[in-house]
Amino acid sequence: MNKILFFAQLRERLQCDEVTLDAAGLQVSELRQQLAQRNERWRKWILEKDVLVAVNQSLAPAEFYIGSGDEIAMFPPVTGG
Amino acid sequence: MIRVQEQDFDINQEYQALLNNDSSSGAVVLFVGRVRDLNQGHQVSQLFLEHYSQMTEKYLAQLEQQAMELWPLENVSIIHRVGELKLEDKIVLVAVSSTHRESAFEAAQYLIDLLKANAPFWKKELVDGGKNRWVNANHKDKIAAAQWS
Repeated sequence: MNKILFFAQLRERLQCDEVTLDAAGLQVSELRQQLAQRNERWRKWILEKDVLVAVNQSLAPAEFYIGSGDEIAMFPPVTGG
Repeated sequence: MIRVQEQDFDINQEYQALLNNDSSSGAVVLFVGRVRDLNQGHQVSQLFLEHYSQMTEKYLAQLEQQAMELWPLENVSIIHRVGELKLEDKIVLVAVSSTHRESAFEAAQYLIDLLKANAPFWKKELVDGGKNRWVNANHKDKIAAAQWS
């Protein structure tokens, strides 16, 4: 299983801070497609908006393959500093 | 040295810690980022900084490592605050010591440019007398980071 964490305005818009599902074998882009099927709000915020994805605390490209137990995080472009 | 913390930091204390018994560094560059009153056209009165704690320290440690490999630095300190901040509060410290100024200036710029573009922090501002607003990522910051790649 994989834990998927959401941060900042993405977490607020989805009204969800984490979900657990089996994403092993999926590419990052395929996981976004799958989450977007939940409903219109998820489709809008997960697919249409600029979302960054980290796998095991490192930014991962769309074609990156997720492994069993990997920690996924999705968030908007960062604004620290 | 990497720290992510809620409490404020003392610049003089961090300067001393950076230089601990180091007599070879002839140059120190300190960058401090702070909460300013006007941002993206809004009057800011307060700031909340969220972060992805498992990733922030890992990313900042990688960044420190990269800077140490790219320039002949003696020491690097990065401190980033999270939680509630007020106007004029310090947000971030990037401190670099080196034998000569060129590497100290360049490395400090590199560290803050990359931190702003990639470290998982998000600012939420209290603006215009009571509205909450997530700060938009700045295209200028992306360009600043891209110049190093």
